[in-house]
Amino acid sequence: MSDVPSAIGRVAEPGAPRALPVLDVADIAKTFGGAKALRGVSFSVAPGEVHGLLGKNGSGKSTLVKILAGFHAPDHGGRLAFNGEMVDLPLKPGDFRRLGMSFVHQNLGLVPSLTVLENLRFAHLTTARSGYIDWRAERAAAREALGRFGLSIDTAERVDRLSPVERALLAIVRAFEEIRVACAATGKPGLVLLDEPTPFLPREGVEKLFGLIRSIAATGSSVIFISHDIDEVMTITDRITVLRDGALAGALETAKATHEEVVEMIVGRRIARLGTPGHQAAVAKPAFLRVSGVAGGALAATDLVVGKGEILGVTGLIGSGYEELPYLIFGARPCRAGALDFVDGAHVPLAAMSPKRALDLGLALLPGDRQGASGVDSLPIVDNMFLPDVDRFFRFGLLNRRAMVREAFALGTRYEVRPNDPAMKLSALSGGNAQKVLIARWMNRNPRLLLLDEPTQGVDVGTRVQIFAALRAAAAAGMSVLCASSDAEQLAEICDRVLIFARGRVCAEITGPDLTKDGIAEACYASIDLTGRTAPAAPALAS
Amino acid sequence: MTETVSTMTQARPAGLHLGRLFERIALLVVWVGLIAIFGALMPQSFLNWGNFSIIFASYAPAALLALAIIVPLTAGDYDLSVGATLTLSSALIGVLNVWHHLPIGLVLVLALAAGAVVGAVNALFIIFFRIPSLVVTLGTTSLMTGIVQWMTNSSTIGGIDNALVMAVVGGRLFGVPYAFYYAAAAVVVLGYVFDYTPLGRRLLFVGRGREVARLNGIAVDRVRFGALIASGVLAAAAGIVYAGVLGSADPYSGLNFLLPAFAAAFLGATTILPGRFNPWGAVVAVYFLATGITGLTMLGIPLWVTNVFNGGALILAVTISQLTRGREASDIG
Repeated sequence: MSDVPSAIGRVAEPGAPRALPVLDVADIAKTFGGAKALRGVSFSVAPGEVHGLLGKNGSGKSTLVKILAGFHAPDHGGRLAFNGEMVDLPLKPGDFRRLGMSFVHQNLGLVPSLTVLENLRFAHLTTARSGYIDWRAERAAAREALGRFGLSIDTAERVDRLSPVERALLAIVRAFEEIRVACAATGKPGLVLLDEPTPFLPREGVEKLFGLIRSIAATGSSVIFISHDIDEVMTITDRITVLRDGALAGALETAKATHEEVVEMIVGRRIARLGTPGHQAAVAKPAFLRVSGVAGGALAATDLVVGKGEILGVTGLIGSGYEELPYLIFGARPCRAGALDFVDGAHVPLAAMSPKRALDLGLALLPGDRQGASGVDSLPIVDNMFLPDVDRFFRFGLLNRRAMVREAFALGTRYEVRPNDPAMKLSALSGGNAQKVLIARWMNRNPRLLLLDEPTQGVDVGTRVQIFAALRAAAAAGMSVLCASSDAEQLAEICDRVLIFARGRVCAEITGPDLTKDGIAEACYASIDLTGRTAPAAPALAS
Repeated sequence: MTETVSTMTQARPAGLHLGRLFERIALLVVWVGLIAIFGALMPQSFLNWGNFSIIFASYAPAALLALAIIVPLTAGDYDLSVGATLTLSSALIGVLNVWHHLPIGLVLVLALAAGAVVGAVNALFIIFFRIPSLVVTLGTTSLMTGIVQWMTNSSTIGGIDNALVMAVVGGRLFGVPYAFYYAAAAVVVLGYVFDYTPLGRRLLFVGRGREVARLNGIAVDRVRFGALIASGVLAAAAGIVYAGVLGSADPYSGLNFLLPAFAAAFLGATTILPGRFNPWGAVVAVYFLATGITGLTMLGIPLWVTNVFNGGALILAVTISQLTRGREASDIG
């Protein structure tokens, strides 16, 4: 399976390049409290190679990255060699730098309010031994680093004024700079790992980024490129390693592989190509809300219909814009355009939408960021539960605290909050129980449409089941639900219908027998392919 | 209800309950202890009602100021300008009433209105231009101090209408001048708003989680705006009481209340309702600090000790409160 001779005693295939692999891992496994996240993964990266690492959500990619970064300790028995030298596992945080590895994570790790120079020379500026910063030399070094890749970014510019593409390029240049000096000293190649650097970039930006990646590879160092976008991976990589369910699903040489082979390896079985969308499938349930032309963030103008009592899932690959939808409909984020038409005839332009208005219209939003946007940890459960409707308890000039606590206790019992003590702070509850409190908050108001963003993230399995049951019961009673989630399994379990987004547009609709975990995952990958070929005029769902 | 309460109490270890109860009254206990110590040292001069009635009256402006501070603080904004607003308000009374002979009733209304204007200006920069509240209110402090010096020619203005003086320190109830009861009334009103109205809940959620509040349909900006205006009005009221206590308008000494009032606001958040800025705790803290300072002064201890006492008490109390709460994250700030 490896084209590269291994330092760990795997036999090299005949005719393979003779160079020692930069990174060679073997039998890396990781167990989280009984759940196997990785089951003995082996792969190697040759010098000067761009190596794609692919897999669905939960396939073990991020666990592997975190092991390399020294964040997780792998199970006993794994081996790792860097440039032919065995390295003791587990790695300590920061070890990767010493070895000659550096990471660019999706959030890029730049400080927006500081200049390009300060960001680029961050490590050097904060650890310089001399106790004196020679700004002239620093500036020259920064210009040289950028110039090496033909980038003309003003070193005095603040990072938040750069375009998204420039920011990504800057982060990658910085990652390469971190290893360049060490590599020059030892004469051995280094490794830059790019974890989903592209999902929010426009096409031209991706081209620039690829140019940079090729330049890095040309210096003899290697790049690991992690992405969901198979087209991109096919374009830039030399070889591809695919993980599935924590195990190695296979390794491919990019030039000899086809798009379909890669998708098949990721999903685990042959997938039928999706037909061209464009016909709005019949909504089995009577329409409750028609959303037309909603656009904002990464989401392009989108039309969709939510049925009464329907649980509608929206999903897609990262950066496809589906996750914006609940917030845009609720008026929580600025909308470029769009309007809502309710079945009762109410017409609301989204530009005029606000959370207050949304609540008055009978909408409710459970954000994905539980601590930052959904509940206040430092305040009691009862106050969190009744935040949107404290007014209900204000009678005769007094807030009826006893009634609040009594009702919170009853709600807590119904939603099985444990421990059920409304006077306790929200922070005293586990993630799952806190989420129950916040769901109870909205369900208790009997909203006409409940908007959810990753409702079961960081929630234990038992709680998940309870939350699903509550959602189904409410839907059966006529509440509509729109659930944005990257978790195909969850969507398959609760949704009546799932819309797949790609590049900011709805590109497929799944109902009926296709509505399975694998079906959704397949559609996600097939979708990117579809829009990729037909963009920018990809057909949106309705009208 | 009784059933649920009993199950809830059983669920909690008894030790925790006692610890929490002690935390609530700790500052009161320390206050009583402080009185006992000074009383033992100076049974004649310290332990008499006259002394206490002076403490209660002369620190009433500080108590009002501490209340002015905790309103925007609960909503998540610092208002450092309350000290200067107090000065501005009392200087306005002096200038308009003594120099321009405006009737005292109208002057008081104008003083309160000036406080509201200060709050609105602060809010304008903090909320609409998104400038940190610390910066804005530090700026308006200096700005108002300058205006006061211009207005008063940097001189103390004596001879304020006797009606005000009589209303503030002229009459006594249980031997304590009225000034104290104005502060006490403000505490009751604020306590009511904080704990018994939906507005109080909104204020709290806006301070603890702006995004949470916004997504729950609360008009976050309006709540913050209102809190800053309330702060200005309360600080102006403190200025009125201060002018009444002194019988004159002093363009300089008002700022001296700022630090003790801030200390009291934070110190008060460790008591009565620990972990929250609360009016009851703030006032207890004001009088705790006042007792300490008065006692030390009467013992003939040099003036610098009072500053050390103020600062030391604040840091010590907040630290002890944090230690007793263990891993729990601080609720303040």
